Amino acid sequence: MELLKTFIERKEDIWYAFIDHIYLSAVSILFAIVISVPLGILLTRYRKIAEPIIGVAAVIQTIPGLALLAFMLPLFGIGQEPAIIAFTLYALLPVLRNTYTGILGVDPSMIDAGKGMGMTSWQILFMVELPLSLPVIMAGIRTASVFTIGLAALAAFIGGGGLGELIVRGMSMNDDSLIMAGAIPAALLAILFDLAFRLLERTMTPRGLKV
Amino acid sequence: MIRFEHVSKEYKDGTVAVKDLNLEVRRGELLTLIGPSGCGKTTTMRMINRLIEPTSGTITIDGEDISEADPVELRRNIGYVIQQIGLFPHMTIGQNIALVPKLKKWKPDQYEKRVDELLDLVGLDPSVFKKRYPGELSGGQQQRVGVIRALAAEPDIILMDEPFSALDPISREQLQDDIVHLQEKIQKTIVFVTHDMNEATKIASRIAIMNEGELIQMDTPDKLLRHPANEFVRNFIGEDRLSPSTPTVIDLMHTSVATSSPRRGLAEALRLMKAKKVDSLLVTDQQNHLLGVVTLEKVAEHYRDEEKTIAHLLDRDIKTLQPSDSVSTVAEIFHESQIRAVPVVDEEHKLIGIVTRASMMRGLANWNNGVL
Ligand SMILES: Nc1ncnc2c1ncn2[C@@H]1O[C@H](COP(=O)(O)OP(=O)(O)O)[C@@H](O)[C@H]1O
Ligand SMILES: [Mg+2]
Repeated sequence: MELLKTFIERKEDIWYAFIDHIYLSAVSILFAIVISVPLGILLTRYRKIAEPIIGVAAVIQTIPGLALLAFMLPLFGIGQEPAIIAFTLYALLPVLRNTYTGILGVDPSMIDAGKGMGMTSWQILFMVELPLSLPVIMAGIRTASVFTIGLAALAAFIGGGGLGELIVRGMSMNDDSLIMAGAIPAALLAILFDLAFRLLERTMTPRGLKV
Repeated sequence: MIRFEHVSKEYKDGTVAVKDLNLEVRRGELLTLIGPSGCGKTTTMRMINRLIEPTSGTITIDGEDISEADPVELRRNIGYVIQQIGLFPHMTIGQNIALVPKLKKWKPDQYEKRVDELLDLVGLDPSVFKKRYPGELSGGQQQRVGVIRALAAEPDIILMDEPFSALDPISREQLQDDIVHLQEKIQKTIVFVTHDMNEATKIASRIAIMNEGELIQMDTPDKLLRHPANEFVRNFIGEDRLSPSTPTVIDLMHTSVATSSPRRGLAEALRLMKAKKVDSLLVTDQQNHLLGVVTLEKVAEHYRDEEKTIAHLLDRDIKTLQPSDSVSTVAEIFHESQIRAVPVVDEEHKLIGIVTRASMMRGLANWNNGVL
């Protein structure tokens, strides 16, 4: 009851926090995609440097979320931007790794066929390698999205807003239902994103790859 | 039309795949390159469309040195069928066939028409197959599409690298016929790599035999058979004749067989037949020598006689097969009599398997000639 009351009373707060949360996550994921997909493709062309670079991304991911945010403070101050930078760094690895392994995993005979038919290397990339590795790349993006949404709850610690804001406030005020008002939508959001991406993955997989 | 002059290829690791090759492919002929695995056939073929660059020597097409041509342009004008078929699984059959025409910027109505034309040419109904994906086609159908895809942009030259080696014998025969007809109709210059002498003699205008990177002999199939240049050619032809590329009993049998010792009683025999769901048992001695067969009928007939053992009911006069017998021998046996299963024995008359109608069909379906 208490909880319902809080939800109704604070519906505007919750709504803004919710929007903030989506914004933080979406922008971070978008940046991660824009950086990681081309980088992943590039690494398949320069495989000698692939291991160290993917290694760096892997190391970033092992830093606890809160610690990474703390590192942002002295470098970029507080607010949304440092939070977005931190989340982007976090989301790099799954997208990068899946792009890299996805493209390397394309059957060499497919590339051979493309080349033998007179495709340029760009045409091979866009007409053969990317469509064939799309399911793997999409899976990486889904993984990144789901945990970025979870992570975004920490943005509040450096003044980045989002649903974590309600949780932090609830904790300082010892108000359980306020904490829940932040936690429940955050959890729902993660589940929703996962479902949405699974659906997207299925619709984006070329039909011929499903038979 | 295509001329190799002193062409050699040494790979980075030092493997010399092709040695001082001189060879001319004439306009409109179907030349097969044949030789044992690793003799440099693929390397030779892939130098024609510059997927591999020669280490030395020159290759010309119509007198023009291909090393001066733009490789992408060159490849769009040479049809290429790779061994693994190489249809793109994410594109429909229509899109696969139209690919090179599209790369060459044909207009949609032009390439659509071409796709229909080509599908008709190999007996695949365009209204059915155009919108399908490669995964929805049988191996033989896929390979047909692979071949016509190479023809799509009307290239003068077509390269095929063991295109039929992964197919079952029946589809392979059909596709070989297709190629012969196609060649009569379109008169392209085709270079066809194979390791199967039967295939080569069936389709080739001329055959080039290679070994260890060198051209050993090049002539029409008939001349080659009549006048082999040396021991290697003789062996190569001969070997292939001795082991024609058809399945033998060993490919058609299965090896788990219900057997029994002759000393078993009838009740035991009956139980065994029930358990194994068979209507006869092969009877072997302790060294696995085949002694004969006992049928369910016989066992049932004498069942009451508790003193009888299998040895009494044994039918010793039965047909057997050797592992090297050909599929036609098996087919004949099944054709001539009502026998349902024929045991397979080795030279010492030891049982090694059994051929049934079902195992023969399965063997034929799975069989491919196994050499790469
Ligand atoms: N990329 C490569 N690097 C090194 N050696 C190779 C390469 N490709 C083929 N070879 C070697 O060159 C020889 C000829 O190969 P290939 O032309 O594929 O023979 P074939 O097609 O007649 O079986 C073989 O010994 C093979 O191992
Ligand atoms: Mg080969």
